[in-house]
Amino acid sequence: MEFSEHIKTANVDDVVLKLPLRPALKGTLCVTAHHLVFSERKEEAGTCLRNLCKDLRILQFDIPGMEECLNVASSIEALSSLESVTELYPFFHRPRELSLSEPWGLSSPQQQYAQTERLWDRWRLSKVNRNFSVCMSYPRTVIVPCAIDDITLAKAASFRQGGRFPVLCYYHRSNGMVIMRSSQPMTGANRKRCREDELLLQAAIDESEMGYIIDTRSAQQAQQARMAGGGFESKAFYHHWRRLHRHLERGKVLQESLIKLVEACGDPSQNMDRWLSKLENSKWLSHVHSALSTAGLVAECVERDGHSVLVHGFEGTDTTLLVTSLAQLILDPASRTFRGFLQLLEREWVQAGHPFRQRCAHSAHSHARLRQECPAFLLLLDATWQLGRQFPLALEFSEVLLLRLAQDAYASDYGTFLCSSEQERCALQVKENTHCLFQFLLRREEREKYVNPLYEATDLAIWPSVHPQSLQLWTGLFLRWTEYAQTMDEAREEIWTIVKERKETDRPKGCAHTTLSRHDSFTNVENLMDELTVL
Amino acid sequence: MEHIRTPKVEQVKLLDRFNNKTTTGTLYLTATHLIFVESNVPGAHEIWILHHHIASVEKLSLTTSGCPLLIQCRNFRVVHFVVPRERDCHDVYSSLLRLLRPVSYDELYAFSYNPKQNEQQREVGWQLIDLTAEFERLGLPCDQWQLSDVNRDYKVCETYPRDLYVPITASKPIIVGSSKFRSKGRFPVLTYFYQEKKAAVCRCSQPLSGFSARCLEDEHMLQAISKANHNSRFVYVMDTRPKLNALANRAAGKGYENEDNYSNIRFQFVGIENIHVMRASLQKLLEVVGTRSLSVNDYLLGLESSGWLRHIKAIVDAAIFLTKAVTVEGASVLVHCSDGWDRTAQVCALGALLMDPYYRTLKGFMVLIEKEWISFGHKFADRCDQLDGDPREVSPVFTQFLDCVWQLMEQFPQAFEFSEWFLIQLHEHVHSCQFGNFLGNSQRQREELQLKDRTYSLWAHLLSEQHNYLNPVYSPSFAERHPVLEPSTQPWNFKFWRNMYHQFDRTMHPRQSILKHTLTLKESNSKLEDTAHTLQAKLQTLGVSTSPLELHSWSREHRLPPRPQSLILGAPLSRKEAQQEEEVLGEEALEDAPDGNGGERTVEGSSATENGYGELQSSFSSKNEPAMVSLEFGVARMTC
Repeated sequence: MEFSEHIKTANVDDVVLKLPLRPALKGTLCVTAHHLVFSERKEEAGTCLRNLCKDLRILQFDIPGMEECLNVASSIEALSSLESVTELYPFFHRPRELSLSEPWGLSSPQQQYAQTERLWDRWRLSKVNRNFSVCMSYPRTVIVPCAIDDITLAKAASFRQGGRFPVLCYYHRSNGMVIMRSSQPMTGANRKRCREDELLLQAAIDESEMGYIIDTRSAQQAQQARMAGGGFESKAFYHHWRRLHRHLERGKVLQESLIKLVEACGDPSQNMDRWLSKLENSKWLSHVHSALSTAGLVAECVERDGHSVLVHGFEGTDTTLLVTSLAQLILDPASRTFRGFLQLLEREWVQAGHPFRQRCAHSAHSHARLRQECPAFLLLLDATWQLGRQFPLALEFSEVLLLRLAQDAYASDYGTFLCSSEQERCALQVKENTHCLFQFLLRREEREKYVNPLYEATDLAIWPSVHPQSLQLWTGLFLRWTEYAQTMDEAREEIWTIVKERKETDRPKGCAHTTLSRHDSFTNVENLMDELTVL
Repeated sequence: MEHIRTPKVEQVKLLDRFNNKTTTGTLYLTATHLIFVESNVPGAHEIWILHHHIASVEKLSLTTSGCPLLIQCRNFRVVHFVVPRERDCHDVYSSLLRLLRPVSYDELYAFSYNPKQNEQQREVGWQLIDLTAEFERLGLPCDQWQLSDVNRDYKVCETYPRDLYVPITASKPIIVGSSKFRSKGRFPVLTYFYQEKKAAVCRCSQPLSGFSARCLEDEHMLQAISKANHNSRFVYVMDTRPKLNALANRAAGKGYENEDNYSNIRFQFVGIENIHVMRASLQKLLEVVGTRSLSVNDYLLGLESSGWLRHIKAIVDAAIFLTKAVTVEGASVLVHCSDGWDRTAQVCALGALLMDPYYRTLKGFMVLIEKEWISFGHKFADRCDQLDGDPREVSPVFTQFLDCVWQLMEQFPQAFEFSEWFLIQLHEHVHSCQFGNFLGNSQRQREELQLKDRTYSLWAHLLSEQHNYLNPVYSPSFAERHPVLEPSTQPWNFKFWRNMYHQFDRTMHPRQSILKHTLTLKESNSKLEDTAHTLQAKLQTLGVSTSPLELHSWSREHRLPPRPQSLILGAPLSRKEAQQEEEVLGEEALEDAPDGNGGERTVEGSSATENGYGELQSSFSSKNEPAMVSLEFGVARMTC
């Protein structure tokens, strides 16, 4: 708990800081418990230290004196990979304008249930997991079919990996269909079955209906999983469910893809072919493609074909969440608002037990401990960005919010992305001792920075195009620190001005008020009509 | 007319290129257009294809449903018809084959096109772009450069314009001597003058140097160019070809300048490939992106192996080199390739665009094209295959230039007064042969064809609807702050221009655009205005005086719909969609109103079925497909 142990040299003078695209700065470097502080001065340099940050930025310090350099390096090394969650900065971040007593979080299954009246006759809130005994990674309350009691739930949970039994995550208002998620059933090599699990799934759909299970693994992977005790829902026991396999990459493959992409983006070579082949080789855009098209498939099942869907892969904590949350963005206008999107993330990622702590520990530059690291959340943000590019009016938030989230998922002043599950958060009293990022972002003065000026709500589903030609590299994120983005920012400003002009100043200008003007012309026409009738 | 055997075929199916959608309708063949009209739909959608736009027609082997006809257009439209009867198909096919290969200029659309303008309007249209005024703007003639009358009668070089600017010290014998030593007589002349540093950009063709020949007049000519600029002791000579190509040309008695013979030159190869490589590259690219259910990896691999973006980057790199030499070093530059009308035009035009903010305005860009491309004899007729000619002369050189400009627009969203739709529209008309501007291969030929008397000018047409092409985030103050653009040449800045090469593949585009949105409202407003006017007129005839309606002064301002750059907010504003939207607005309103007759409501053309996320289409009891608005006829509106 003593930070000072790690800090061997607190202050180094005459350090040169080199940032991409900026002139080098000289000054003093201070190592504190949670930050590197650099203040500018003028002088010369010696040994060099490269800092590869989690937000993909590269800082290079030239430090005079070998010993000091090594000291700083080892301090940074130690301080940037603190073992204990409670030592992390969110537990110390105390901005003046925020108080710890403010509400933490935006949404929960209870609230979701309370707000969706039409859920009430067939679905109920279950507290079977109130002390996290049934499923360690689920929140205390979940939404399940009315017909299933808590005992059955607990039995079904024992049949699913990590106890993640099927729960509701989205209710489609227009036709009453639902999206559920779970982990894989533990059928094992000898095709075990579990009546309770079958009952649970049957209760989710009416007798006559049919449901879809979207398995985010390939059929082959699902087969192989049986050897390790896992498996899939067999047609014989789940009569009314049809299984579709959509292979999504996960874990190590995704992480390596990210590393390759980041490396390609840092390649100073000017060679066009080399860039394209590296981009291809990273496969990142393929992952974005499969995420979007699988989510599209889920949404298509629900909206167009009117069937409920269950999504799962292996543990149900990564690709499953990716698919269910993207499908909700496609289907649900509420989740495309600023608040709605943050609520969606809170429900589908934070509370649903995406292990942020393991998945977002080191980002792309780390060489150590690759095992648990996986940029699934980043992939979600990228896919969301693609949606925003294709439907520039449909999302209330802008790219800036996605960038902010990408940064905070890896390192934050706030407690939202700490820990891997609700259980852990309760044990460490995260909610009592840190501030909530989502609440902070929703404050009026912050919100302004993140909204999309062109937002116009639509009730319709937004079906993204998944042609490779329609997908693009998210330059805002991956080339954030390598590209000279000033002209883009200026242009973005300009759009803001145009929109503000339209919204605020002279009314008769622009489309925002054309409806109004239309009324004017209508009135004119009506007047004339009246006169004509009089005649 | 005599070529059309079957003017109308019914029950023709139109297949979508990227999904399983089919539309049934009637095919009409007219003297100028091939028209497809969807049947049995209120507000039927139409496709109009100008014969000049058709690059190839293919009759595929007979299937059970009929005889397939595949038509590929120069504006990147690909249509796949299935004609029920083989004989009809053959008739259409053979008529098209004849119609799309005009043998004489008189058959071109421009000579029959009549936009209901009077003689005077036509003349004014042709006077809009004045190159003399342009050179005046550049500060020419000046103490070092003069207007030469040596080519007044196209005697020295028949592919150059009449008016040429040369150094004061270059006498007529020097010019004539130099022209004899240059391929096709294209001797070094000024094309852009950077006033600030008195540095000139000159262009010419390759010297006829062979292995050892030299020409004193040509050496004098370069000397004169060098002397005309006091800022620099030498002049750059940029050979835009790869070194290997230039070396090979030496065997044919051509080649490049020997630095030993010319005093004060700095010679540089920049390695842009020739027209044949470019043609093959675009063909490869189109093949790749035209593949059905293309995977992301195959797409990226195909993009790489086509080399298209590599070529685009090479041109931009060359233009940056030119710009740096002129604006930073203050040196004059002489640019040439083989004949000095393809790569030279690309590099000079792009360089000027980087150096001079004027060319980044709508009018300025027209001037730039008129100067570098039209007047200096880019062979539009050959390169765009206007007449039935040598297929080896066809090459997307101008398309490439537009692509380069688009890449710059992506990097500098505020620098250009026009949007990418302007570029796409230009591309459309370079191939449409609807206006006289791009017909023929040289100024001389255009004069012989009397184009100014017999055809209309595209510039007048484009200026008349310029509100469609403006860039809403254009900032003149940006131009003041950045008179010279310095684009980044990192490879990730070079992107595939989807809105050009997939302009007719609606499913591929972002599904919402501000432009479309505003245009729709605008259209409904003007309709209401019209109604009001007619009613008012009616009232007046009935003898009632009404207070004149205040019909919204905003409507004019409203003509400039705020449009975001696709770059920033990802709204490629399909102008064509917008136009189509305008036209179907009435019907759509009707269709939309009583929602629930089985039709699927979607966000402006975004539909699950068109994307094919899964194999659901076949596995589910299929619902009736909604009447999708998937075919546009914006082009038709523009062309007829």
